[in-house]
Amino acid sequence: MSWHRKHLLDIESLTAEELTTVLDTAREFKAVGERDIKKVPALQGKTVVNFFVEPSTRTRVSFELSAKRLSADIINFSTDASSFQKGESLKDTARTLEALNADIIIIRHKAAGAPHFLARFLKAHVVNAGDGAHEHPTQALLDVFTIREKKGDIAGLNVTILGDILFSRVARSNLWALRKLGANVTLCGPSTLVPRVFEQMGCRVTYDLDDALANADVINLLRIQHERQRKTMFPSIDEYARLFGLNRARLAKAKPDALIMHPGPMNRGVEIESELADGDQAVILEQVTNGIAVRMAVLYLVNGGKDAEMNA
Amino acid sequence: MSSVLLQGGRVIDPANDRDETADMLLSNAKIKAVGSGLEIPPDAEVVDCTGQVVCPGLIDLHVHFREPGQTAKENIATGSAAAAMGGFTSVVCMPNTTPTIDNPATVALIQDQAEREAVVNVYLTGTLTLNIAGEELAPIGSLKQAGVVAITDDGHCVQNNDLMRRALEYAKMFDLPVMDHCQDYSIVTDGVMHEGYWSTNLGLKGWPATGEDLIVARNIELAELTGTHIHCQHISSAKSVELIRQAKARGVCISGEACAHHFTLTDAAIGGSEHFWAEDGRDLQTEAQRTEWPSFDANCKMNPPLRTAEDRKAIIAGLTDGTLEILASDHAPHCAHEKEVEFDYAPFGITGLETELALSLMQLYHAGHLGLSALISKYTVNPAALLKLEKGTLTEGADADVTVFDPNAEWVYDAAASPSKSANTPFNGWTLKGRPTMTIVAGKIVWRESTVAA
Repeated sequence: MSWHRKHLLDIESLTAEELTTVLDTAREFKAVGERDIKKVPALQGKTVVNFFVEPSTRTRVSFELSAKRLSADIINFSTDASSFQKGESLKDTARTLEALNADIIIIRHKAAGAPHFLARFLKAHVVNAGDGAHEHPTQALLDVFTIREKKGDIAGLNVTILGDILFSRVARSNLWALRKLGANVTLCGPSTLVPRVFEQMGCRVTYDLDDALANADVINLLRIQHERQRKTMFPSIDEYARLFGLNRARLAKAKPDALIMHPGPMNRGVEIESELADGDQAVILEQVTNGIAVRMAVLYLVNGGKDAEMNA
Repeated sequence: MSSVLLQGGRVIDPANDRDETADMLLSNAKIKAVGSGLEIPPDAEVVDCTGQVVCPGLIDLHVHFREPGQTAKENIATGSAAAAMGGFTSVVCMPNTTPTIDNPATVALIQDQAEREAVVNVYLTGTLTLNIAGEELAPIGSLKQAGVVAITDDGHCVQNNDLMRRALEYAKMFDLPVMDHCQDYSIVTDGVMHEGYWSTNLGLKGWPATGEDLIVARNIELAELTGTHIHCQHISSAKSVELIRQAKARGVCISGEACAHHFTLTDAAIGGSEHFWAEDGRDLQTEAQRTEWPSFDANCKMNPPLRTAEDRKAIIAGLTDGTLEILASDHAPHCAHEKEVEFDYAPFGITGLETELALSLMQLYHAGHLGLSALISKYTVNPAALLKLEKGTLTEGADADVTVFDPNAEWVYDAAASPSKSANTPFNGWTLKGRPTMTIVAGKIVWRESTVAA
């Protein structure tokens, strides 16, 4: 087992061995979730804070359930980033949470680098649940976990990530995780949302969807957040769906057993044709299930997990 | 009146083309004599300057002293003491105080305060537009009468081209140079760091170099149209250097300044010290000297932002060939608690008065790009000429503002030891080469070694 980190802040700084450790640990915890009694005492007596400075339902619930299945006590603390600009600073709020003897602080924040900032001065373990457009490490871990489960080895697979890459923390974390584990990554979407500079991170960029899908083993669709973006990025949802939406005809370009993934929430009829989302190739709900196992593994490992506790 | 005799230093006075070992006698707040073997007057304090450079008191034409209104960050007393420590005898304060320097009363208020508190000469700039709002002209004529040496909306940039044109035409009546912070808001939007690989990696919003280049290009056109000199502040991009180079070649009245951080650091610094030292910082410090800082460090956040190694190289080239003729700090103090926030929410700006001479010596002189005289001119005669100050020279009879520095002394910068109220610098703990040893204002030693004179 290779894990000596106090925090999980991003995927970029992890080694392939560390990634593999998380994935292997998650496999053990997945078995726990399938049991009748879905709980282990690994974090019994530990206090975990779900500190969400940006609205989220899926990730927050997933972390909450993960902590509970590890027998930790978890509290949810949600606030709005704008309150920090007026009143108490993020630093003071986080130190207040720590003064409650929190052992692990899970943070979601719209400002990139917020978890790294907290990790500079908190004694508690910090887990990044998504920081701005920077990283979303546990999403990438659950994505590669799902791919590994379906495809065996990650190395050599062709993975296409499609959609809004520029503003996507999911894309960045996936890119690092997949590259470290040896996959070939192609990014595709409107040129305004997929700048060529991403090539310097070790992937291929193309604006031709058919080219992006050719020989793909995995297609990871990202949500288009048109309502949140500067309206200058692309003309309309309709044009996006026309140019970059995944449909049956386009899917035929990929390998016949290609996986369709989506971090959710998905816009049916925009980035994905509705029936594909429910089809055999989609693993979207399995991603959700695997998210619990992966987050259990992360909470367990940052806390300095011992093998004995895992199966107790 | 007491005298000071500076003995045996290397006297470098670019204004008079002087670079020789000589003595210098300061008396009655003036430069009395420069020459070899000067007689020691009975009342003189004799300072051995062997191995030191003796040059005109350095001028920093771009500082923020935060008084009035933001004195938790800095004030005239602490800012001027930091200037003295850095070897500066004159500073030019930017007008983005609270209230802004957009009226004669505020000018008078700060002048009074400077009279009482400052240990160096403090010059003021006035705003271009009322309250730096970029909408209506400030009373530029009244500001001139009150004593400002230039006008600028620094920290902001007038976006309306017609308003900028009229401000330039109007300022021309008073022979006042206009200084401009070059930033096109529509393309920069809410960018917090240079747009490029590192902003993409870190997921931070980009501030593209084009945002500076567009306004530099605009300023070149407007300077040509109006005949008013525009000084482009803190140039950070390679393209802007090239635009200014071409404009100057055809005689446009435009100039540019560079700040030490822009020709020392790059945007890789925001990825953390590990990335910076491995990539763009390899030649700057030995492995043993390298300091550590985390990723997303707000002490690497300023406006304009740190850019690429290519931009850094172009700025050094611009300083070397004279395209950029002025060096400045953009000393921008902020309280620790203001910087200890998420990178997006931290204010732009770093301190710099204490480190800029050493960084300039390292990056320009020791690196072999500029001779000492050419480097000193960018801190003395050039800014004095732009602002029409009777400063920046060691001519006999001139004000006895003198800086003495050891160009080869190695020292470790400790931000906590600065008299500045703020310590928001990325250079804390750096090993620097070249150190001011004495700062003399009007014949009075205001700083030597590590103490500010009472």
